[in-house]
Amino acid sequence: MNKIFSTVQKNEQKVDYHGLLRGNPVFTGDLIPKDALCVRLLHSPYAHARILSFDLSKALEIEGVSCVLTHKDLPRIPYTRAGQGHPEPSPYDTVLLDSKVRFVGDVVAIVAAVDEKTAERAIQAIQVGYEELPPVLDFEKAMDSDAPVIHDETDLSGAYDPQQNLAAHYEMMLGDVDLIFEQSEVKMERTYYYPKSQQVPMEPHAAFSYFDEKNRLVVVSSTQVPFHARRILSRILSLPLSRIRVVKPRIGGGFGAKQGVIIEGYVGAVTLRTSRPAYLVLSREESFLNTYTRHDMRLKVRVGANRDGRIRSLDLHALSNTGAYGDHALTVIMVCGSKTLPLYNKVDAVRFVGDAVYTNLPCAGAYRGYGAPQGIMGIDGVLDELALELNMDPLDLKAMNAIQEGEGSPIFKIMGEGREGVEQVAASCKLDLCIEEGRRIFDWDRKRLLYPKKEGSIVRGIGCALAMQGSGIAKIDMGAASLKMNDDGSFNLHIGATDLGTGSDTILSQIAAEVLSVPLTSIIVHSSDTDYTPFDTGAYASSTTYVSGNAVLKAAKKVKEQILQSASKIMGEPLDQLEVHSGHVRSSKSGKAIHYGDLCTQLFYTAHQRQIAATESYVGQESPIPFMASFMEVEVDLKTGIVHPIETVSVVDCGTPINPQLALGQIYGATMQGIGTAFHEEMRFDQKGKPINASLFRYKIPDRTSYGKITAKIVDSYEPSGPFGAKSVSEIGIDTPTIAVLNAIDHATGVRLRRVPVRPEDLLQAIMEKKEGS
Amino acid sequence: MKISFTLNHLPVEMEVEPNQSLLNVLRTKGYHGAKKGCDTADCGSCTVLVNGKAVLSCLLLAPSVQGCTVTTIEGLSPKPDESQQERLYSPEQKAFADENAFQCGYCAPGLIMSTHELLSRYEELNAEEIRFHLSGNLCRCTGYEQQIQAVQNLFQKKKRGELG
Repeated sequence: MNKIFSTVQKNEQKVDYHGLLRGNPVFTGDLIPKDALCVRLLHSPYAHARILSFDLSKALEIEGVSCVLTHKDLPRIPYTRAGQGHPEPSPYDTVLLDSKVRFVGDVVAIVAAVDEKTAERAIQAIQVGYEELPPVLDFEKAMDSDAPVIHDETDLSGAYDPQQNLAAHYEMMLGDVDLIFEQSEVKMERTYYYPKSQQVPMEPHAAFSYFDEKNRLVVVSSTQVPFHARRILSRILSLPLSRIRVVKPRIGGGFGAKQGVIIEGYVGAVTLRTSRPAYLVLSREESFLNTYTRHDMRLKVRVGANRDGRIRSLDLHALSNTGAYGDHALTVIMVCGSKTLPLYNKVDAVRFVGDAVYTNLPCAGAYRGYGAPQGIMGIDGVLDELALELNMDPLDLKAMNAIQEGEGSPIFKIMGEGREGVEQVAASCKLDLCIEEGRRIFDWDRKRLLYPKKEGSIVRGIGCALAMQGSGIAKIDMGAASLKMNDDGSFNLHIGATDLGTGSDTILSQIAAEVLSVPLTSIIVHSSDTDYTPFDTGAYASSTTYVSGNAVLKAAKKVKEQILQSASKIMGEPLDQLEVHSGHVRSSKSGKAIHYGDLCTQLFYTAHQRQIAATESYVGQESPIPFMASFMEVEVDLKTGIVHPIETVSVVDCGTPINPQLALGQIYGATMQGIGTAFHEEMRFDQKGKPINASLFRYKIPDRTSYGKITAKIVDSYEPSGPFGAKSVSEIGIDTPTIAVLNAIDHATGVRLRRVPVRPEDLLQAIMEKKEGS
Repeated sequence: MKISFTLNHLPVEMEVEPNQSLLNVLRTKGYHGAKKGCDTADCGSCTVLVNGKAVLSCLLLAPSVQGCTVTTIEGLSPKPDESQQERLYSPEQKAFADENAFQCGYCAPGLIMSTHELLSRYEELNAEEIRFHLSGNLCRCTGYEQQIQAVQNLFQKKKRGELG
């Protein structure tokens, strides 16, 4: 659909660039009050242990130490750190400080002191007596009958079967999967593994708290979920919600790692205890261990198909490692099925079984894609293998089985997030366009003829992968927006939506500016302060553009209506002849016009006095699906097993991109994270559960040099229910590159790897084994 | 111990500890432009210029800048005295803004400082060379395509003599 917009679909510069690019103090860590106590954490050296005793005397003797808190000092209030809607679908299996530690790095005590050096000295001086317990480090053995029970506390609730270390379980079946599989002409059964990667936002988690002049606790935090943070803090600090204010300044990225209330409780507890401002900025190592990671998964996939490539049955069993705590455990495994299986909606039968188990490793949580990258890895990988077996082009096989515009899947209704879902059809689905466009840009057909191309020991191959995601959680995620007019014709836009660096302040302002026919500079946006902005569930589940965007759209339309009504009275012109144009109200008949500034000044001071303002909220009745097709070319050195990515093409249907440059940035960034997972990113632990690579020196995220040519493209698409046709773009880009790499390696070498990151030694061994076999 | 150096074009004297990093000193003294992403010289967010060279201030001991010229992003940014109406950008800041090349912007000051140094050292660089030279500045949000484009645009401007 071709619509001409004036601000939407334009590359407006991010509204916060002035402060960001000039290095102004805009992040949490830049804004810490001068007199704030420095908070540091004592971490467990053991993967699984009971705390028997503390000797705090030496720590408390150190001059400048304000307080040392252990589990003995705090009330025991079970909660989940997961920043989700209420009632939370994650188990209440955490207390702020516990008498048991469940991974190396788990928090044992909180210290607050006048400065960092003193706090660190006090941490060193604390003596702790532990009773070491046998740990569970292999998630595939977590449910063994002799596995130690990680959550043996009696006050836990919401976990599926803690005695079996089972945090969450879900299963669903449509049709008789076993029967259809048995009857299928081609059967394929494979197991894939997705690693425990980490979000690595460039800004480590930071928070500080203080009491304001009304004796209310103000918490400034790098959070994706300020309103959930306020609710959860009220619970764990036993403070009335009305006495807590959560403020989110600029955020240095999150990718899900900040969709949890992870450190706010520590600073809050110190401020409550000492009545003093307190801050905590995590070190990079703590950021790796004490926040969130990806849920690593084992994906057992069974596919039954006809010889012509039509898939008849899909059967996905996901075993997910939630680590020491069950944050996001249930919802991530549900998304592993619900945002992957409907992509291939023409099957006769489909089953999904998901288990999320506890282990004595750092806690997994939300991470861009939220289960979908794992599910896509298993499903797309098997379909690729199926195509190979049937001697078909994998792109053709995937395309012929994929969902099309106007189609639905019964899975949408059955599987929601943590509960039943919502029936929907893909009202906008340009996956076919993504495939065609990518095929052309990547030159897929020519490369299919030429490749695998071998020169000496170097061989090139290509792979593809398809993905879907969602736009918010239907009938759960709610966003609200308030808009008020000023007497120069500018507008204050107050939104609960949480810009964590994505640019949502900018694109939401663009939506308001478009409706009101003003330049972007006339929208003064302020986001995420629980005292001053209306509610929003927060920045997760690819919700902001669609859910919060629709709220802004509604509020702006309401304000526009009020402007026209007031203008009609002031101008003495009939309402139905008035329209807004370029910061004016004008009459289409008489040609008379009034500037917004003049209008509002009169409304404030002289005529028909009122404040033009509106607050509107929006809940998605469905979760419109963005789609994507990715193409990957790799070069493999058969002598070393080293793989180089040569070219990646990612083509996305995200509806109307409200800001094309920012949307492309999302795709580029997500693609890089997917490529990083394919080649480097995995948190590793020794035999006692001690982390091996919890630093940016040893855990490599992609740098600028070695990832070949990357092209991102957005196809024309218009989502009828979205603001100006938009749906989401933030998560989907990470879903495909990882499996596309494995598909391309298979094409190049004939060797199928089913786990990442790809290690040259693994690939080399597989290549040599294949040689010996043939 | 006391050290004196030139910070953002002005002479300063500061009381520092011998083992304090320059990053730590700058941030405690209210210069928040340089960011701490890792504190182990792996991410580049803390990049500042010392005697015109891009260095990682988290790895540099503060006493070693005695007598040196230190420039942080605050020193690169135009002073807000001329036109308050406009956003005030250096050519590097503007080039990145034009491409919307940052999302969260946490890595921005570091990358802008590295870019500034690169422009002062080289007359011409192709995309691959730019990638190589700026590989020490990690960005997790935006990928690198739009940033490389921004730096390429800067070098083209330099070639045309438009950088001043």
